Amino acid sequence: MTRSARTRLMTLSLYAVFLALVVIFVLLADWDAIRRNFFLTEGFTGNWQDMIFVGAKNTILYTIISFIGGFVLAVVLVLMKLAPIAPFRWVATGYIELFRGLPALVVILFMGFGVPIAFGWRPPGGTVGAGLVALMLVAGAYMAETLRAGIEAVPKGQTEAARSLGMNARWTMASIVMPQALRIVVPPLTNELVILLKDTSLLFVIGLAANQKELTTLARDFMSSGPSAGTATSLAFAALLYLAITLPLTRLVAWMESKQKRSR
Amino acid sequence: MSELHPSMDVDERAPAIEVRDLHKSFGDNEVLTGIDFHVDHGQVVCVIGPSGSGKSTLLRCVNRLEEPTSGQILVEGIDITDPDTELDLVRTRIGMVFQQFNLFPHMTVLRNLTIAQQRAKGRKRGEAEQIARENLAKVGLGDKEAAYPAHLSGGQQQRVAIARALSMNPDMMLFDEPTSALDPELVGDVLDVMRKLANEGMTMMVVTHEMGFAREVGDNLVFMDGGVIVEEGDPVEVLTNPQHKRTQSFLSKVL
Repeated sequence: MTRSARTRLMTLSLYAVFLALVVIFVLLADWDAIRRNFFLTEGFTGNWQDMIFVGAKNTILYTIISFIGGFVLAVVLVLMKLAPIAPFRWVATGYIELFRGLPALVVILFMGFGVPIAFGWRPPGGTVGAGLVALMLVAGAYMAETLRAGIEAVPKGQTEAARSLGMNARWTMASIVMPQALRIVVPPLTNELVILLKDTSLLFVIGLAANQKELTTLARDFMSSGPSAGTATSLAFAALLYLAITLPLTRLVAWMESKQKRSR
Repeated sequence: MSELHPSMDVDERAPAIEVRDLHKSFGDNEVLTGIDFHVDHGQVVCVIGPSGSGKSTLLRCVNRLEEPTSGQILVEGIDITDPDTELDLVRTRIGMVFQQFNLFPHMTVLRNLTIAQQRAKGRKRGEAEQIARENLAKVGLGDKEAAYPAHLSGGQQQRVAIARALSMNPDMMLFDEPTSALDPELVGDVLDVMRKLANEGMTMMVVTHEMGFAREVGDNLVFMDGGVIVEEGDPVEVLTNPQHKRTQSFLSKVL
């Protein structure tokens, strides 16, 4: 057998194995049970308005709020981290290490229950407010690191050129370094947006009022109430809605990254 | 011009650049070990030497992109190593051109030339654009103002960088190996622009490997090796009749 014939045979048999596995799965799976447990039609027809106009809407709203808040916080943190005053740097570094090292869930529980009890202070907006502040605090730490990486990716010659023209440190940062850094960090920041979107599901633990419920909380409700109670249909519904938002975003990131690679 | 320094005015009789006993170390590595030299107004001084000789570091100390370890650097009589000197103001009077051009890639050519005029010199947009256009025409790129740097050749980018520095109306220009990153066929255009500047009487300090340029345009040639000035003098003299052994051995390799 020639070399190329051997390769072709190998490829062919791999296809055959794959096909066999698919056939076995299709034959063995209990399609009716899958349909009844995950894709009960009534679960979609009966719950879709709440799932989309309450659940998905709140999920997106919470993502946007905590992303914007986290971004502002990240800018402050990164400026502190690059400041010539050492204590500012220490505080920023300590903050970033602390909040990157803690699970988001723990921070949410702290803000939701720990802080109000310990300090008698509630973040504005009640329970949701507390949860959103927690998400901001965590997102800010991650985004600060991303921003710092972006700033450091701007070649040193850019700063030198601006300073040699007599521009002061602030103008150099604002009109030369930051615009280039932001362009570099758009893909990783979009990734963080996706992660944040998924993390809003953690708000599930702090008890949300009916009109404040995000997708996961709502889906959990519909597992025990409504037309698809007793099945996981609402979870599958939520999963599909999450994917409908996250997949385009991750595709967008992949596209932006390949574009950046080409332009380099 | 007393705003440059609380206690000192620009001294017209002082040399454009005066360096006194300059030392510069990076950690344990002493790159400059006692440099004394000066550039007079209207003079073109070329600095040559093997790589690692400290010539670029010397140039970068003159506008304090590198912090000198010790010694004094006077620009038009103003001590730029003095912490009270308004460094940003002094820098607007010293144009600098880099080996890697360092144009701002997110801005058009015109914006590259106007941004520092507006931010550092407080010029109005209209005035800045007019000055920018004059300087673009001067370097032969009047038609490129709307282009982004990435769409220009290396030679064009370097000429834009020269125009950017000129748009600040500097009293002197520093060139850090301005043609070393260029394809050979593009070197000529950049050297032509520099020659034109020299003929107009611009004070220039040029770190370069272009011996032809140094010989033809330079008023003074400085040969550096191992962090010291080994030899300096009339370019033709130094290039054809080097006195020092190290100069001879360097020139025999590059000429």
